Amino acid sequence: MALQTQSQDIEKETAAIIDVHEHQEGPLLPILHDVQGKFGYVPEDALLKIADRLNLSRAEVHGTMSFYPDFRTEPAGRHVLKVCRAEACQSMGGEKLADDIQRDLGIKWHETTPDGKVTLEPVYCLGLCSCAPAAMMDGNLHGRLDEDAVLKLVEEVK
Amino acid sequence: MGAVLYVSCDAAALAVGADRVAETLVDELRARDVEATIVRNGSRGMHWLEPLVEIETEQGRIAYGPVKPSDVAGLLDAGLLDGGDHPLCHGLTEEIPYLKRQTRLTFSRCGITDPLSLEHYEMHHGFLGLKRVLEMTPAEIVQDVTDSGLRGRGGAGFPTGIKWNTVLKAQGAQKYIVCNADEGDSGTFSDRMIMEGDPFVLIEGMTIAGIAVGATKGYIYSRSEYPHAVAIMQDAIKIARKAGILGTSVMGSDHAFDMEVREGAGAYVCGEETSLLNSLEGKRGIVRAKPPLPAIEGLFGCPTVVNNVMSLASVPIIMDRGARFYRDYGVGYSHGTIPIQLTGNIKNSGLFETAFGLTLNELIYDIGGGTLSGRPVKAVQVGGPLGAYFPPSLFDTIFDYEAFIERNGMIGHAGIVVFDDTVDMLKQARFAMEFCAIESCGKCTPCRIGSVRGVEVLDRIAEGDQPEQQVELLTDLCDTMKMGSLCALGGFAPYPVMSSLTHFPQDFHVKPLTDAAE
Repeated sequence: MALQTQSQDIEKETAAIIDVHEHQEGPLLPILHDVQGKFGYVPEDALLKIADRLNLSRAEVHGTMSFYPDFRTEPAGRHVLKVCRAEACQSMGGEKLADDIQRDLGIKWHETTPDGKVTLEPVYCLGLCSCAPAAMMDGNLHGRLDEDAVLKLVEEVK
Repeated sequence: MGAVLYVSCDAAALAVGADRVAETLVDELRARDVEATIVRNGSRGMHWLEPLVEIETEQGRIAYGPVKPSDVAGLLDAGLLDGGDHPLCHGLTEEIPYLKRQTRLTFSRCGITDPLSLEHYEMHHGFLGLKRVLEMTPAEIVQDVTDSGLRGRGGAGFPTGIKWNTVLKAQGAQKYIVCNADEGDSGTFSDRMIMEGDPFVLIEGMTIAGIAVGATKGYIYSRSEYPHAVAIMQDAIKIARKAGILGTSVMGSDHAFDMEVREGAGAYVCGEETSLLNSLEGKRGIVRAKPPLPAIEGLFGCPTVVNNVMSLASVPIIMDRGARFYRDYGVGYSHGTIPIQLTGNIKNSGLFETAFGLTLNELIYDIGGGTLSGRPVKAVQVGGPLGAYFPPSLFDTIFDYEAFIERNGMIGHAGIVVFDDTVDMLKQARFAMEFCAIESCGKCTPCRIGSVRGVEVLDRIAEGDQPEQQVELLTDLCDTMKMGSLCALGGFAPYPVMSSLTHFPQDFHVKPLTDAAE
């Protein structure tokens, strides 16, 4: 029963998001972004609703969604830590930093800590190549990082 | 009105604590009962000095940096508000050699104005290009852009005027201007800096493009890794719309033009123009085969100009000062200025806009100050993850499209990543292939499969498993990827690999070669 209600809620919320974007040209990505913003991931029920309303097949919507690394099919941890793996950060010890973070958190890329607090994602460039190594915690940017600074970031978030 | 202070709102400044510095300034000023305005400007591009605090004085702005929140009280005690001396003081901002040596055309306002102040924008020559364009015919505008010698700043270096002319002549009830702001190359951030520091120049450039080719709708496709840039662009568009710059009548003329910002979703390949168009249409970001060119059949099958942020942001000054003015900068076929991004392991990191023609030596040592670690430079990668690695013996190469091509490199989006002597070039080559494998859209086999095989071959070289044969295999594989890939992802991934192999062979067959030598 609770599940059913949740499913109806998702459909309702998704419909409201589609209402906002329907008039746009190529509305699928903006809709997916908003759905993920609302639920923290793209639920299957939302996907079905989008397919129905945009007159697309479920495979088309799934195909588009799964192409882009940003979209999740499951909720992330309460916080998402994106650590840059690209060359400019590598030149400033980014690779070692990434290894240290994985060891300290006890998780690998794309995983979430057992307490559900932090999900670790790789990112290929945040445009902070002049203050490398860099990372993003929930949309907040951090540059000139070292292991201590990253651990402090993790500690600061609840 | 009291003192006027400037603290940047650029993402690079925010990443190193500019917000906290600004907040501390507000608190301290309040505690001291001093009236002052803090303007959140774009960045001057001297990122090693961020967070930079500037104070307006009669002589000009005086710079302090890098400022930590804990420095603020001391700075105020030292007379910051009167430009007082302090160990963090660099004197007049404009006199700092790094800035003084630049030729700022595209970035003329960045770091000076409040990004979202139309008043600031107009006070600093804003909209003069657009106003001139409103008196011209589309063909004249396109001719001016062609005459300026402006080439695509995204990396390909294709003449912008020729692209515009194709769209101008193409038939279509609807045409589009698409701004490629999917700046995914490591070592680059100039697009981000313009969007965050001077968004109206991009709006002006796109509007001019629209009027020139007869397009009424524009899209800025930005990456989702740039939330600040997206937010500022969106605000700027709203402001421009309200002021009648965008809309059904651009600045009261008969031309209509409007635009919106669209966000990508983490796919590097969407920086490729056809993949970007698919993504804008709401599809998988798969590369399209060319022809048809996007200029003929682009977004939703309509004639479309796809230009990089830097190309479009350079248009207003060209239209304001004239094609000749812009063309006179540069060397050879590389006209105008190029915002070079000095990044990675480099002391004076940041953005340096200059006419084409400086050598890598000048850029890395004279301007960049060498490595931040203080160790010798071993290699630089120019042009992003698909750009070649150059050893110091090639640092006499001048910054010019053709000079780099001649040496099997590319300037790409003009990012330079500096590595010191601790870098392992075999690892860098492997990363290039790994990155290509992760980011491949999957459409063409050389890229999709080749990159995976490339990683395997490089791993075998690292293990010392028949390195000579593996190197031969790798060379052949790179050749196939270069010739057979549909787009630059698979087609250029061999450049970092082959340049590493060519210039740093010692990193490739370590064990067997030393064995043989002994």
